Amino acid sequence: MIGNLPFVVCMILVALGLWTLLIKRNLVKLVIGVGLIESGVNLFLVALGYVRGGIPPIYTYAPTTAPWVLPTPQALTLTSIVIGVATTALMLAFAVVIYRHKGTLDTRKIRDLRG
Amino acid sequence: MTVVVRTITRILLPISLVFGGYVIMHGHLTPGGGFQGGAVAASGLAMVVVAFGASRLAGRKGLLSSLESLGGVAFAALGFLGLGLTFFANVLAGAGGLFGNSVPYGPNPGDLNTAGTLPLMNWAVGFKVLAGLGAVVLLFALFGENHDR
Amino acid sequence: MSVHAPILAIAVPLLGGFATPLLAKLHRRVRDVWALAVVLFVGACVGYVAVHVFTQGIWVYVLGARQPQETLVPGGFPIRIMLVVDAMSAFMGIIAGLLSLTAFPFALRFLPEEEGKTLALTLGLLLLAGILGMAYTGDLFNFFVFLEVTSIAACALIGFRTWTSRAPEAAFKTMLLYSVSGLLFLLGVAFLYGEYGALNLAYISAQLRGSFVDRLALALFLAALVMKAAAAPVHFWAPDAYGEAPAAKTLLLVVNTQVSLYGLWRVLFTLYGGLWDAGVGWLVVSLGLLTMVVAAFMALVQTDLGRLVAYGAVSQIGYMMLGVGVGLVTLSSRPDYALVAMKGGVFHMLNDALTVGLLFLCVGAVEWAKGTRDLRELGGLGHGLPAVGICFLVASLALAGIPPLNGFASKILIYQGSFRLSPILSAIAILVSILLLAGFTRAFQGAFLGPRVEAQGVPGVFLVSMAVLAVGILVLGLVPGFFVEGVVTPAAEALWHGRALYLAAVLGG
Repeated sequence: MIGNLPFVVCMILVALGLWTLLIKRNLVKLVIGVGLIESGVNLFLVALGYVRGGIPPIYTYAPTTAPWVLPTPQALTLTSIVIGVATTALMLAFAVVIYRHKGTLDTRKIRDLRG
Repeated sequence: MTVVVRTITRILLPISLVFGGYVIMHGHLTPGGGFQGGAVAASGLAMVVVAFGASRLAGRKGLLSSLESLGGVAFAALGFLGLGLTFFANVLAGAGGLFGNSVPYGPNPGDLNTAGTLPLMNWAVGFKVLAGLGAVVLLFALFGENHDR
Repeated sequence: MSVHAPILAIAVPLLGGFATPLLAKLHRRVRDVWALAVVLFVGACVGYVAVHVFTQGIWVYVLGARQPQETLVPGGFPIRIMLVVDAMSAFMGIIAGLLSLTAFPFALRFLPEEEGKTLALTLGLLLLAGILGMAYTGDLFNFFVFLEVTSIAACALIGFRTWTSRAPEAAFKTMLLYSVSGLLFLLGVAFLYGEYGALNLAYISAQLRGSFVDRLALALFLAALVMKAAAAPVHFWAPDAYGEAPAAKTLLLVVNTQVSLYGLWRVLFTLYGGLWDAGVGWLVVSLGLLTMVVAAFMALVQTDLGRLVAYGAVSQIGYMMLGVGVGLVTLSSRPDYALVAMKGGVFHMLNDALTVGLLFLCVGAVEWAKGTRDLRELGGLGHGLPAVGICFLVASLALAGIPPLNGFASKILIYQGSFRLSPILSAIAILVSILLLAGFTRAFQGAFLGPRVEAQGVPGVFLVSMAVLAVGILVLGLVPGFFVEGVVTPAAEALWHGRALYLAAVLGG
């Protein structure tokens, strides 16, 4: 059970992110919520790749007996981080533009599109 | 910004650019690669934007976006290089010439001139990320300055 | 070169998208010719892939290998990224190619130069690359990456009219939904990776045991793709997005939702084929019914022509989900019904692409002529723009499923298939069609009938693009048999019993 603790923490992060998206009414806080979910998922991927006593696959003086870590989860995490940077930048840019038009970041006051 | 920040930025900018270049260049040997190196170098640009004000760099927006497109084109073109076999096939690896050495057998400190197209792709991605993140930071900062006025 | 056609269809628009801003610095004309050439090349690649797949079976292409067909590394494990194009993927490719071939010439004329035309063309090409990547890939993580490529490109397209206050709002809403959907999908992929240590769709599918983690991953995939495909109860981003994006580029957004649905079919039929079919099928059916009913009622009360058409488009998503969902429910008990319903659902994807595409082009033409899309201000455009009016009428009748147009051809198959499962399903579906007819009749009357008004004429290239789609609607409606036999049936069968072939094509044996 104790070995599963990192996964539980990641899921708590994801749940917190979803909770943020549901209750917060500020655009920047919504972006932070998405960031929380993303961190949870990324940490989950990294935790999946952990091998106890493993060594990095590019280490040339490696002892042959130790288990090697598969680099795939790190590559996945990295790709996901790159994508996260792009989405966060895009969402913040839209938040900035909305602020310029409306003078507020409160979703309750920005309601041009309804129905 | 104050003279302290500007002075520190003058010292740190070359360091961050060189370190970013190092991370990109050794992407196939050590942890790191195009995105990481580009992000490190872009942090240098971000420091410049903060210290000297975005309006002084406003004229460089076009340059940055061109560089970003160029990085993307270079990356895709390197994929086309492998079309003799399959897309993205590493045709330069083990062929001699640029980055074409084969990896020496046994324990070694790492040979920079290996891995075929991978280092070239790292450079393409690195420039793209450097220019892209730099442009993002610059645009946000420009917007902030225009709004405050 | 022809052995590389599937990857060229993805890589060339990617390269084209990155090169567009550079070429725009040379000359605008160079950029326009380049964008058109890229789209034409993609159309040719997609067509070639489709012909090859329909005649010779599944096409596997491995990236970075010594040979395109070298799927397994020694040890029998598929470690490389690969494209696996079966009949359903090729079908999606055709839809994407067809709509981009009509959308890009329209867009070149429609988008004003000072409103970021270069940016819109770049994003359109990147969106096309992402869509084709989602359709062709055989790797779950790669699917996620292309999903995010389409998300970012689509949202940037929706929000790039930053000088209006509505576009950024729609784009922010859409981006929020898209990024949550992408992250949920990634979490599902991570669950499966943790359990099976692989990312290849076929390999995981062969290993799948049906454990609790698999169930959790399926729930995450379902949630993510339903969100991205604009089905109820998370459809609310779609009308805003379709309404605010430039009309010509909305066609690509429509294909984007369809390819997300394709991803859902791929997950349900190929990845989880044979596990919990009936239960998940009922879920898809009920979501589909909910989508079509909610969207049809919302379409009735719209006053903006773009949003009205957008709600019509969302309701059509419900029909596809109903058709394929009924197929999933009855797949093991009554496979013959299942095939009829699935043919209807799959055929409806093509028909929806044509009709909704034509409707959005008409909306674009109306906006070009009058500068507004508000039905309370429009009226009498039928005198000045008879061709646009006729196209709008044809497309709305096809959307409502009136014979002899193409919407009827696919809806009758959906009605037949779902009637066998439960008459209530087809009754609701027919009722929704009547509601849509009412809504679109009101739109036609509001925009095109009435006393003559002054309107700016529309360029010829608009009419050519619209005519292509209108002719497609008529042809598919008058002689549906040819297309159903030649294109739709193989695509539906690829889902219906194609899982074993799909696995064999990748894993051998």
